[in-house]
Amino acid sequence: MSVIRGATGDWEVVIGLEVHAQVISNSKLFSGSSTTFGAEPNTQVSLVDAAMPGMLPVINRKCVEQAIRTGLGLNARINLYSVFDRKNYFYADLPQGYQISQYKQPIVGEGSLTIDLPDGSTREIGIERLHLEQDAGKSIHDLHPAKTFVDLNRSGVALMEIVSKPDLRSADEASAYVTKLRSILRYLGTCDGNMQEGSMRADVNVSVRRPGAPYGTRCEIKNMNSMRFIRQAIEFEARRQIDILEDGGTIDQETRLFDTKRGVTRTMRSKEEAHDYRYFPDPDLLPLELDPAWVEEIRATLPELPDAKRERFIREYGIKPYDAGVLVSEQISADFFEAVARGRDGKLAANWVMGELFGALNKAGRSIADSPVSAENLGGLIDRIADNTISGRIAKQVFEEMFETGADADTIIEEKGLRQVTDTGAIAELVDQVIRDNPDKIAEIKAGKEKLKGWFVGQVMKASKGKANPQMVNQILAEKLKD
Amino acid sequence: MSLDKATVTKIAHLARMKLSEDRLDHMVGELNNILDWVETLKQVDTEDVPPMTSAVRHSLRMREDKVTDGGYVDRILANAPDAEDGFFTVPKVVE
Repeated sequence: MSVIRGATGDWEVVIGLEVHAQVISNSKLFSGSSTTFGAEPNTQVSLVDAAMPGMLPVINRKCVEQAIRTGLGLNARINLYSVFDRKNYFYADLPQGYQISQYKQPIVGEGSLTIDLPDGSTREIGIERLHLEQDAGKSIHDLHPAKTFVDLNRSGVALMEIVSKPDLRSADEASAYVTKLRSILRYLGTCDGNMQEGSMRADVNVSVRRPGAPYGTRCEIKNMNSMRFIRQAIEFEARRQIDILEDGGTIDQETRLFDTKRGVTRTMRSKEEAHDYRYFPDPDLLPLELDPAWVEEIRATLPELPDAKRERFIREYGIKPYDAGVLVSEQISADFFEAVARGRDGKLAANWVMGELFGALNKAGRSIADSPVSAENLGGLIDRIADNTISGRIAKQVFEEMFETGADADTIIEEKGLRQVTDTGAIAELVDQVIRDNPDKIAEIKAGKEKLKGWFVGQVMKASKGKANPQMVNQILAEKLKD
Repeated sequence: MSLDKATVTKIAHLARMKLSEDRLDHMVGELNNILDWVETLKQVDTEDVPPMTSAVRHSLRMREDKVTDGGYVDRILANAPDAEDGFFTVPKVVE
């Protein structure tokens, strides 16, 4: 169990996360305007999104489907009957004066996901619920000294709020949870998980307690959009609460903001203004009733999710659990690996993908999506190692060329004349030549300096420009030196 | 259930309504009348009655996921008391 040591004993941190995930759809939850990120301000706003009087919301079927899909991916109960409510509050980027959300009857109920911890262990984390709601517009505070600028392009985009149970016990676990959730959403194609663009944001609930004691009073840290800040905020907040409690104080339940520059959390709203959202069913929208057959249709289209894929990679390709975990974290790298590994040595494929390819991509600042080396070409290279056309060392040279030019292995091997020399006679000739040129070294070997054999192998390889088959060089050299 | 002046003042504040002192008593009375009426309604046993969401029995209509609207920033900003560079502008509300 992970505990934090205080001056008066150990403390346990209890964390629950509310993740807001923007739904991938062409148009908004209740209007036909576009959801594309980065457009000119207020160009993707309909009269519905701007809350003009008399405008009525009409729900987007795709957004509903995406919520169901996500629920199924989280092994959660799909509620065939759910209700949209109005959550009332005033803010400059919320023209309606309320957010259409789901309160008492969300579309998705309890589920779970498995997190992978740095020490290789796993833990199951409960999902409390998932509901559909509208995103708000965006306020920009730094364009003018006295004014806030409001862009409503994001207003009305569909969000899934995914609420975890208070099952997380450390910043590591919280970060593993967000990582796994993001990965699942991306596999499902229901959210792009882009935290920089704000398509995934988290509110973090933190409280502390003595191990085994009832839950303490929690504080909510709003609107975190980076994994690093989530970790920092949890660590700071837990320490802050422990310090207060150890000094004999009490924790006020409140909403806090994380100050990214100073690395501290601070009070956001005073207690008097505490949330009083006065939820009530939205009279503009009927309850959302789902046909169970539709839910089953969606279930039938779910992809293989990261955990299942990881297990299968370990089983089918014999690769290490850690490697499998890295490969499946993004669907695109999993697909790439599998295209390379299918019908070949899985471990060798994993080594080339994770070692040479990821290394080269990293160095070049590129992603696997625009890899200059295709899976087919990398597979072709591995085939030439397997059939002894080239040695592993020459293969690295071929790979570098491949990364530069995008050409396939056979072309590079032919053009550069890198085909491995496996002709016994030719290698024997090279060995003889090296032996003739170095009579003094031969004398030393005969005097018992066995280590020099390696030097001879090196010289022969050099003479062959690396093309001689190293096993054959070793073998022939050993025979010649016996005489 | 009965509301006092302080509660009504708070509700008015949450709704961003300006309620002058001389209208407060009247408003407390009106709201309490409504609540009394609801109390009367609550005497009806509705245990097995689902909430009525519509006068005619039909379900929520859905639309296809197509972009059919937007692209008229001028219309959106037409009634804005203050706007700049395509943005609505309001007094600074930074937390």
